[in-house]
Amino acid sequence: MSGPSVSRRDLLSVGVAIGSTAALGSGADARSYAGKMPWIPGEANAPEPITAGPFQFLTPDEATFLDAAVARLIPADDLGPGAKEAGVTTFLDRQLAGPFGKGSRWYMQGPWKKGESTQGYQSRLSPAELYRAAIKDIDAHCNEKFSGKKFSQLTADQQDQILKDLEQGHLKLKDSEGKTFFTVFLQNTIEGFFSDPIYGGNRDMVGWKLIGFPGARYDYRPYVKQHGKKLNLPPVGLKGRPGWNPNT
Amino acid sequence: MARKLPAVDVVLVGFGWTAAILGQELTDAGLNVVALERGGWRDTSTDFGVTFAQDELRYYWRRALFEEPARETLTFRNDQSQTALPMRHLGSFLPATGVGGAGIHWNGQNWRFLPSDFVAKSHNTQRYGSLPDGMTIQDWGVTYEELEPYYDRFEYICGISGKAGNLNGKIQAGGNPFEGPRKREYPNPPMEMAYAPTLFAQAATETGHVPFPCPSANMSRAYTNPLGVTLGPCTYCGFCEKFGCGNYSKSSPQTTILPVLMRKKNFELRTECEVLSVKHDMAAKRATGVIYVDTQGEEWEQPAEIVVLCAFAQHNPWLMMLSGIGQRYNPQTGEGTLGKNYAYQIVSSVDVFFDDKIMNPFVGAGALGIGVDEYNGDNFDHAGLGFIGGGYLACWQTNGRPIETHPVPKGTPKWGAKWKQAVAKNYLTTATIATHGAVMSHRGNYLDLDPTYHDVHGRPLLRLTFDYTDNEHKMSDYLTDRAAEIAKAMKPREFHAKKREGHYSIVPYQTTHNTGGAIMGTDPKSSVVNRYLQTWDLHNLFVMGSCVFPQNPGYNPTGTVGALTYWAADAIKNKYLKNPGALVQA
Ligand SMILES: Cc1cc2nc3c(=O)[nH]c(=O)nc-3n(C[C@H](O)[C@H](O)[C@H](O)COP(=O)(O)OP(=O)(O)OC[C@H]3O[C@@H](n4cnc5c(N)ncnc54)[C@H](O)[C@@H]3O)c2cc1C
Ligand code: SF4
Repeated sequence: MSGPSVSRRDLLSVGVAIGSTAALGSGADARSYAGKMPWIPGEANAPEPITAGPFQFLTPDEATFLDAAVARLIPADDLGPGAKEAGVTTFLDRQLAGPFGKGSRWYMQGPWKKGESTQGYQSRLSPAELYRAAIKDIDAHCNEKFSGKKFSQLTADQQDQILKDLEQGHLKLKDSEGKTFFTVFLQNTIEGFFSDPIYGGNRDMVGWKLIGFPGARYDYRPYVKQHGKKLNLPPVGLKGRPGWNPNT
Repeated sequence: MARKLPAVDVVLVGFGWTAAILGQELTDAGLNVVALERGGWRDTSTDFGVTFAQDELRYYWRRALFEEPARETLTFRNDQSQTALPMRHLGSFLPATGVGGAGIHWNGQNWRFLPSDFVAKSHNTQRYGSLPDGMTIQDWGVTYEELEPYYDRFEYICGISGKAGNLNGKIQAGGNPFEGPRKREYPNPPMEMAYAPTLFAQAATETGHVPFPCPSANMSRAYTNPLGVTLGPCTYCGFCEKFGCGNYSKSSPQTTILPVLMRKKNFELRTECEVLSVKHDMAAKRATGVIYVDTQGEEWEQPAEIVVLCAFAQHNPWLMMLSGIGQRYNPQTGEGTLGKNYAYQIVSSVDVFFDDKIMNPFVGAGALGIGVDEYNGDNFDHAGLGFIGGGYLACWQTNGRPIETHPVPKGTPKWGAKWKQAVAKNYLTTATIATHGAVMSHRGNYLDLDPTYHDVHGRPLLRLTFDYTDNEHKMSDYLTDRAAEIAKAMKPREFHAKKREGHYSIVPYQTTHNTGGAIMGTDPKSSVVNRYLQTWDLHNLFVMGSCVFPQNPGYNPTGTVGALTYWAADAIKNKYLKNPGALVQA
C-alpha cells in the first residue's frame, strides 16, 4: 500500500477519484487509474523512526519491570550487551503506544473463547492491555510470594524461575494469561534486540554485531561465491552508521 | 442501494498475479477491462525503495504488506467437533492486500507440477489400488501436455532463472531429470550459488541424488520479457519473501506486466474498492456484475459481460458463497462442491550445524537454492510405504534476517544466556534443508461460512476446517528422514531433524499455499469450474488461482497458477468470445 506518505493531491492528478475522505482501511481513497503508469516523482513510503523523549505508554513501575525482565531474556554477558542495554524497554514502549499495542490490525470481535493452541491468540486483551495486566499480576504475585518484593527486586535466579513458570503455563495470573503474555513478550524482546535501530532497540546495532549480520545493505553480489569466507562487514542501519552520521 | 455504473466487458476482482495476466491478455483481445482492488497502488521506487525496503520489523513482523484481519479474516478449527475461532492475527499464511497481490512479496520459487500430478487419482489408483478412506483427490481435467505452452509463457514473462532437466523428452545434465518435458530452456541461466546449497548439492550427489538449481523468479541477469519490460539483476539482498523488491529483480505484476497494461486505453484500475459479491441471474446462467464498496462506505454496482474472480485462493470461494453461487459442500453427505477439497502444504526441516563453515546466510534470495526431486509426486515407488504423494527437498539460502533466523541445536532453551550464546555461535555456520510436501484432499477438510463471526462489512467470515491426515504425516516423516540422510552426508558437527508433528496449527508461518475450495474437474457433480476455469453454473463467471487445485502437489503453486491463467485467457479469447456459453457441456 502506498500509505500516508503518498499524498492524495498527487494521486488525484493521476486519474479520477471516486471517493474523497477515508472512512475505513488504510486511510487512502478509492482511485481510478487509466491510460498511464501512475508515477509520483520524489515520493517514498519511508519508515517512521521513533521520537526521542520520555515513555509514551509505560509507567515508571512497568518500565522497571521490563528492564529487569528483558535483562533475563537476553542478558548482558561476555559476548556483549543484552536486551536492556540495547534499549529494548524503549522499543517496547513505542510499540505498545502505537498501532501494534492497540492491536489495530487484529480481529478483536467477540465472542471470546479459549480455544485450542492450534487456533492461536484468543485473548480479548490488545497487546498493550495484555502487558499492563500481566505486569501488574506478576508484581502482585511476587509481592505475595517474596514478602513485599517486586519482580525487579528478586535475584536473577528467582526472576528466571518466574519467567520459566510463565513460559510453561505454571503461573496462574489474575486478570491475564501468563503463557500468552510470555509468548508475546519474548517475541517482542527478540524484535527489539534485532530490529533496525530507528525503532529504539538494537542500540549501536549490538544485536547485529553479536551475530555478524551486516544490517540494511542491499547488494551482496560480490560475496555470493566467496564460499566459507568471514566477511566482517560492519553493520549499517536504515539511517546509516554512527561513523557516517555522528549526531544520530 | 448500490449506484450503478456503466457496463464494461470484463471486471476483474482483485489485482494481483492472475488479474494482471488477464488484464493484459483480455485488453489485447480488444475488450474493455476494469480491475477492482481492495488495497492501494504501489510500485517499486515509491514503495520498495532500496533505502528502506530492508526493514524486517515493519514488513514482516508488523505485516505492512498483508491483509488486515481487523477487516477480513477467517475462522479456523482442526475438525468438525471443535468450535472454529477467528484467526485474530496472521500466522500460518500471509494473504496480500494491494496492487500486485502476493506477487509483491512471494519468494519466486517457480515450479511446474509433474505430469502425473494432473491425473493424481487415476494414476495412483492404477498403480497402487484403492485410495485410503476419506481421501477425495481428483483428476484436474487438464493435462501437463496441454499446459506446457502456458507454463512456458508464464516463465518467459517472469524471466525465470533455471536449468532445463528435460527438453522434449531428452534428459539434460544439470537440471531436474524428473520434470515434465519442456519445449525450450529457461529464459535465464541459474543464479550464482551460495555456500550452503553448494554443500548440499555435493552431499546429495554422494548419496545418489541428482541435485539441480531451483527455478527462480529472482533474475540471474538483466532480462527483457516478451512484453518489452526489463528487469534488473538480483543483488541477493536477503529481503525477498515477505518484502517488495527494490531492484526490479523479482518477477511481480509490477515488474513484468503493469508498465504495459497500465498505459492501455481500454484498461482501468480502481483501487481501494472491495468487492462484496457477484450479482447474477441464475435463470440466464449469467453473472451480471459485481457489487463493491469504496473507502467512504459507498456501494457501487459494476455491470460486466464477463466476471473473473482473481482475489486469491480462499477469497474466491468465499465470495462465491457470499453471493449464493454454487452448491456448498456438505462433509456429511459428500454432496455439493463449493468449499470442497481445501488443502495446503506440509513442511519440515533439518538444521545442519557446522563449526568451521561460514555460510553468510544474509547473502540470499527468495528462490536461491538447490533441490532434489527424487521423492516428489510419484517419482519413487510408494509400494508398502502407506502413503501417496511426496515433495521436494531443498537447501534454500533465502535470508539471514535476525528476528526470524536463529537456528540453535536441539535442547537449547528459548531465551537466557544459553540461548544467546547458541545464537551467536550458530548464526553464520548453519545450513537448513527444507522439505516441501503435498497435501492430498480429504473429506473432512473444507471451507464454508462461519455461523458466528463477521467481517468489517458484517459478512459471515469464511470458516476453515483443516487438519493433516495420516497420509501427510507419513509422507512428511519420510521426506524428513531422507533430508536427514543428506544432512548427515554433509558431515556437520550435528544436525537436528524437525519433523512435522501433531495437528495443523494456524500460528507459525508455514506457506501461503492455500488451495482448493473452487476446484476444477470434468463434471459439475464433483467440481466448481471446468477445465477452462469457467464455473459450471454461470458461463461468464471464471475463477483463477490455486482454489481450483483439486489437491495440492509437492511444489509451490504459482507456476501452475500462472499457466492455468494463460490457459483460461486463451479459452476466453479464442473460444468463449466467439460463442459465449458453456465451454464444456455438463
Ligand atoms: C509470503 C509469501 C510467499 C510466497 N512464495 C511463493 C513462492 O515462492 N512460490 C510460489 O509459487 N508461490 C508463492 N506464494 C504464493 C503466490 O504469491 C500466489 O500464488 C500468487 O500471488 C497468487 O496470485 P493470485 O492472483 O491468485 O492472488 P494475489 O496475487 O494475492 O492477488 C489477489 C489480490 O486480490 C485482492 N482482493 C482480495 N479480495 C478482494 C476483494 N473482495 N475485492 C477486491 N480485491 C480483493 C487482494 O488485495 C490481492 O491484491 C507466496 C505467497 C506469500 C504470501
Ligand atoms: S533477493 Fe533479489 S529478487 Fe529478492 S528482493 Fe532482493 S534483490 Fe530483489
